[in-house]
Amino acid sequence: MSLYVSPDQLMSDRAEFARKGIAKGRSVVVASCAEGVVFIAENPSPLLHKVSEIYDRIGFAAVGRYAEFESLRISGIQYADLRGYTYDRRDVTARGLANQYARTLSAAFAASSDKPFEVELAVAGLGFEPETDELFTISFDGTVSDHRTACVLGARTESISTGLTGLQVDMDLRTTIASIRSLLDSGTPVEVALLDRHSARTRCFRRLDLSAMGEGES
Amino acid sequence: MMHELTSFFDLVRSVDPAVLPRTDGAELSPHGTTIVAADFAGGVVMAGDRRATMGTIIAQRDIEKVFGADEVSVIGIAGAAGLAVELVRLFQTELLHYEKVEQIALSLDGKANRLGSLVRANLSMAMQGMAVVPIFAGWDDTCDVGRIFSYDATGGHYEESGFHAIGSGAAFARGSLKKTHHPGMTAEAAVASAIRALYDAADDDAATGGPDLARQIFPVVLTASVDGVRQLPTDEVARITEQVLEAM
Repeated sequence: MSLYVSPDQLMSDRAEFARKGIAKGRSVVVASCAEGVVFIAENPSPLLHKVSEIYDRIGFAAVGRYAEFESLRISGIQYADLRGYTYDRRDVTARGLANQYARTLSAAFAASSDKPFEVELAVAGLGFEPETDELFTISFDGTVSDHRTACVLGARTESISTGLTGLQVDMDLRTTIASIRSLLDSGTPVEVALLDRHSARTRCFRRLDLSAMGEGES
Repeated sequence: MMHELTSFFDLVRSVDPAVLPRTDGAELSPHGTTIVAADFAGGVVMAGDRRATMGTIIAQRDIEKVFGADEVSVIGIAGAAGLAVELVRLFQTELLHYEKVEQIALSLDGKANRLGSLVRANLSMAMQGMAVVPIFAGWDDTCDVGRIFSYDATGGHYEESGFHAIGSGAAFARGSLKKTHHPGMTAEAAVASAIRALYDAADDDAATGGPDLARQIFPVVLTASVDGVRQLPTDEVARITEQVLEAM
């Protein structure tokens, strides 16, 4: 015997389920600055990353269930490497990747047989100028948004994004990191990475050690 | 299933095998010829001549046959140029894909093994006709030495001590390296010795090009050391080549 549940109720239950999983998590901020695109994640683990390299000029950040965003991270690398190998390295774009993630997440959200993903993702594409950086967020139901200057994922998004309005794309890295850190929970270690606009390598993604930059404690 | 996560080659083979290199028709592609590799104190050098031939025709004078495989290793491929370039691109993507998925690079032995299986899967037919032969070298940070690996058609690989050469002029290049290469020599001396070996190969093998002073075309020279892979700029190769020629 099957009970009738209205589609409205079904979707809002699923959204409620996913939202609860994500809000338990910590916060991640992605922002453009003069030196590139910086990722700052509250992350107590030095080994289980929330921020990763996808391609030469594309980075990824996530909050939510580790196992779920880890498999999404790998599928993003597969998408990017396959596309770059089939066409050319320049043909791999952050927008293409964001759309791919949107498709995966919305399909899982709509399929009543699957559990929706309890994750929220950010995809950033490094431009040659700060004005051409591309920042996208993809929510648990596959909604894609693009952002100027900065975006935030995870917990306390409202209060953090209010604080982020002070950021400018032409601010330097040090100032950008300091102002983002002032908005995050000061008791949690942060994981920091940069898509380096001035990198001499093809691969622009690198992890930053804040203590080496003299900003270990704040 | 799990292997598809870390291996780009297995991923492509399962989703889009048509984009993989194909060995049939390799004999129709221009052929590239001599590549040498030699170690020195603190690294390893690989150098290739610039000529590609189709039968008795010189197809290209400035082809490149030696490439960085990743940030610490280099690969050179003698034989059908089109296939060689495709295989290098596949190998580069394979290494980078593994590193991004696993968030740690493969060991140098792991890379050499992986190239062996790519050779086995793609090239065994072509290598039996000697259409394509790879050579791999890199900096091993676990034992702090430069290492050189050669391959056969079965995908088997062998670590070479000191130096090695592949391609149609390989016998002449190896003879030359045997006289000029010494264990523990400096990087610049090893580069000079590799350039000398290519010169000697070009002297006796029609399919290998010597340094072309008129057009300013010189061998492609890459080193791998603790500082990573570095391609020597043309003016530096030109300077060392001139010194080699003067000393003869």
